[in-house]
Amino acid sequence: MAIVEHLYPLTGAVLVGLGLYGFLTLRHPLRQLLAVNVVGAGIFLILGGLGRGADSTDPFPQALVITGIVVAVALTAFGAALILRVAEDERAPDGTAADDTNGNHP
Amino acid sequence: MTLAFDLILCLMIIGTAASALLMRNALAAIVFFIVFGNLLGLAWLAMDAVNVAMAEIAIGAGVTGVLLILARQRLMALGDDLVCDEMPGWLRAGALVACAGFAALVGAAVLSVAPSDDLGGPIAALMPSLGIENPVTGVLLAFRAYDTLLETFVLLGALVAVWSLAPGTAWPHPPATLALTEREGHGVAAAFGRLLLPLALVMAAYLVWTGSDLPGGAFQAGTVLAGGLIIAVIGGAVLWPRGDNRLLRVALVLGPAVFLTIGLAGIALGRFLFYPPGFEKALIVAIEYSLALSIGVTLALQLAGPPVTPDHKG
Amino acid sequence: MSPLDLLVAAPLAFMIAALLSGPWGRWWLLAAIPVMAGLTVWLLLLPEGSGHVVGGWTLPLGVQLRADGVAQLMVAATAVCAAIVGLYALHEFAPGADRSETAHGFAFWPLFYLLWGGANAGFLTTDLFNLYIALEMVSLAAVAMAAMGSLRAALRYFVIALVGSLAYLLGVALLFSNYATVDLTLLAEMARPDLATKTALAVMTAGLLIKAAVFPLHGWLPPAHAAAPAPASALLSAIVVKVGFVILLRLWFEAFPAIIAPAGLELLGWLGALAVLYGSVQAIRQDTLKALVAYSTVAQIGYLLLAFPLVATAAGTGGAWAGMTIHATAHMLAKAAMFLAAGLMLKAVNGHHLKDLHGLARAMPLTVAAFGLAAVSLMGLPPSAGFLAKFLLLEAAVEQGAVFAAAVLLVGGLLAAVYLFKPLAWAFAGSDTPVVVAKAPLRTAAPLALALLAVSLGFAGQAMVDITAGSPWAGPPATEAEDVQ
Repeated sequence: MAIVEHLYPLTGAVLVGLGLYGFLTLRHPLRQLLAVNVVGAGIFLILGGLGRGADSTDPFPQALVITGIVVAVALTAFGAALILRVAEDERAPDGTAADDTNGNHP
Repeated sequence: MTLAFDLILCLMIIGTAASALLMRNALAAIVFFIVFGNLLGLAWLAMDAVNVAMAEIAIGAGVTGVLLILARQRLMALGDDLVCDEMPGWLRAGALVACAGFAALVGAAVLSVAPSDDLGGPIAALMPSLGIENPVTGVLLAFRAYDTLLETFVLLGALVAVWSLAPGTAWPHPPATLALTEREGHGVAAAFGRLLLPLALVMAAYLVWTGSDLPGGAFQAGTVLAGGLIIAVIGGAVLWPRGDNRLLRVALVLGPAVFLTIGLAGIALGRFLFYPPGFEKALIVAIEYSLALSIGVTLALQLAGPPVTPDHKG
Repeated sequence: MSPLDLLVAAPLAFMIAALLSGPWGRWWLLAAIPVMAGLTVWLLLLPEGSGHVVGGWTLPLGVQLRADGVAQLMVAATAVCAAIVGLYALHEFAPGADRSETAHGFAFWPLFYLLWGGANAGFLTTDLFNLYIALEMVSLAAVAMAAMGSLRAALRYFVIALVGSLAYLLGVALLFSNYATVDLTLLAEMARPDLATKTALAVMTAGLLIKAAVFPLHGWLPPAHAAAPAPASALLSAIVVKVGFVILLRLWFEAFPAIIAPAGLELLGWLGALAVLYGSVQAIRQDTLKALVAYSTVAQIGYLLLAFPLVATAAGTGGAWAGMTIHATAHMLAKAAMFLAAGLMLKAVNGHHLKDLHGLARAMPLTVAAFGLAAVSLMGLPPSAGFLAKFLLLEAAVEQGAVFAAAVLLVGGLLAAVYLFKPLAWAFAGSDTPVVVAKAPLRTAAPLALALLAVSLGFAGQAMVDITAGSPWAGPPATEAEDVQ
């Protein structure tokens, strides 16, 4: 039965769709960051789930997933810090915001 | 594992992910995300991928969860209540249809591929030459050591990137302290922190050692170390260092530097990242110990966030 | 021993050195430039298509590195840009008054080497997963550099880049599951037109188009590139967008040319044409200098995609192929020159707007000349490398009867002349501004050197065409990457 052996990677596909929906509809950057992490988890589940053999999972995709998880946390950490700094900047009391976007960008 | 278990687990994963995305309350959403990450770890266990399960629970759920909670707490302190503007219904419906269609496409593509562990055989055949038994460690530190090397620089670069966000007057002061709001909590954390840090060190060392043969390894060990450091900082047993602290800089680059040096030394024997026969295990373990230390310190400081000016109340 | 891995390892070693050296970190550049120059020359001397698997492992397990024509040209152009931009940045990213570190002055240098190493890693690898990590190295450094100008623009860039990366990673996951390899050269032999492959290719392409800021996915680029400090803008516009472009080349022309539908190529061509027209019109409408230069990047990237159907029809490493890769190289040099010159000019007048440049040609003739020379290459005037690139593309378009592409190439050149003439007209207007002696000869020389190179490379046209032809996979007969020890 295809569905049974594809259970985890299919769950991954659903997570990719769910995460994307969250990313598109949640208008707060921190919530979007969370949504992107859900998409990433879905991709990892596809990668690992399709590497399932008779009684073990291919160590190669496992290693790729671990690498992917570490890259994801590094980016999430930077993203969270960036979101925080933008929020601090916007709430700077006297308009001394360091954000010197020059020019008018439509 | 039985089919019923797998099925329920998958439904719970999807359910918690949906809750993490759809809950209006940001804290509830983050809590659901952490539960989601732990359930994913369970799924990886069910797939006999213990190494990934550990990484997912420690990093995917643990570190990412703490990151999100801290970010939310700091945003709330700034008066940002994390409420998302309500999108028009038709836009949301459109997004829903598009995303469902996309998920269906990806699902169909997934169904068209038969699961198989094609590389399991070739990897198992090469493992004896490495002298270690955990094939995932073999892939990470030997066959694809180049990927892992670059990845450690992504992690290091991410911390530099976080630091680069420091407001004008803040560098090189330490990041904001992580204080618990309740007094009793603080006392517990203080005692706990002093106790936990040495424990985390031992645990991390054990995870690296066992990682050559059993599940574990530098990334999981580094996360344990980061966890110990965070608790110690919350409890006041350890203070965040300044960004220009010499010892800190050495600790941060130690892992990537040892990895790179061993890689470059390989050139003398033939190739970048070539391990001379007989020394594979020794070199891999040396790389992993130094990496675990650097990853632990790097992750902890990434959680701490950019430096703040000293009068700033974290 | 091979320069392929050293070109990545060396910048990373300098990243560590910069991190450890505190306020003196920036001076490592003086060691990095000769080292990287030597490695780049070595790379250019390698026989075409030479490569090896890192660590002496074998495919499909290991990561294969390879020096083909595209990689050679891109690594060399990156080295030139990074070296000169780095020299320019020595002044801007320096310690504070009391020799203490500043956040930007300290953090710029490790990020600079991360970007350099990541770009080289991306150009030199044939491994799709390794490319994902390289892409993230470059994106991370790029977003952090953009944040040094505008936090908001950087956040927007970050979120978009993250989605682009994940789309790419989803494709890699599907391809690996389907073929049990992530190596391009192996995939090229096995490619099947099945659902998983097509889905993978579609999502990866979408992700890379976002990363390369191709119209209509370009929205993040102008604010981020315009607001960043001049050296960062130069690196972003010159190098960062090219990494996504090169991966796109590898996917469409090396791994999966057999299963690409002509409609897909047409679509990319149309997107390219729209990017040229839209980016140019927007550039004309800008009244701030750096926004104008940033929109010019959107337009210039359009040419790269416009060339896709031309290259596919020409088959092999013909004129269209050479035109496309030379355009990427010429744009690197000219755009880096233009952003550096713009940075100097705006700093001198302490403003952002075109009208602030009034009479500047007399005050800083060398810098305005650098801007003008870079403009010559971007407009595609002879004898510049930009001219050579557009000439080769135009020739291919005419040969193939691609009237629309030919028209866009010509109109795009005219529009570029319009938007680039505007700042120059302001600079040459009036004559009452006194001549000032350049106070920073190094920073004045940097954009001038890049612009002169962009113009004079047109004379080395045949040499560049020969290098780009050294892509064993792009033309028949396909040969295996051979191992050189």
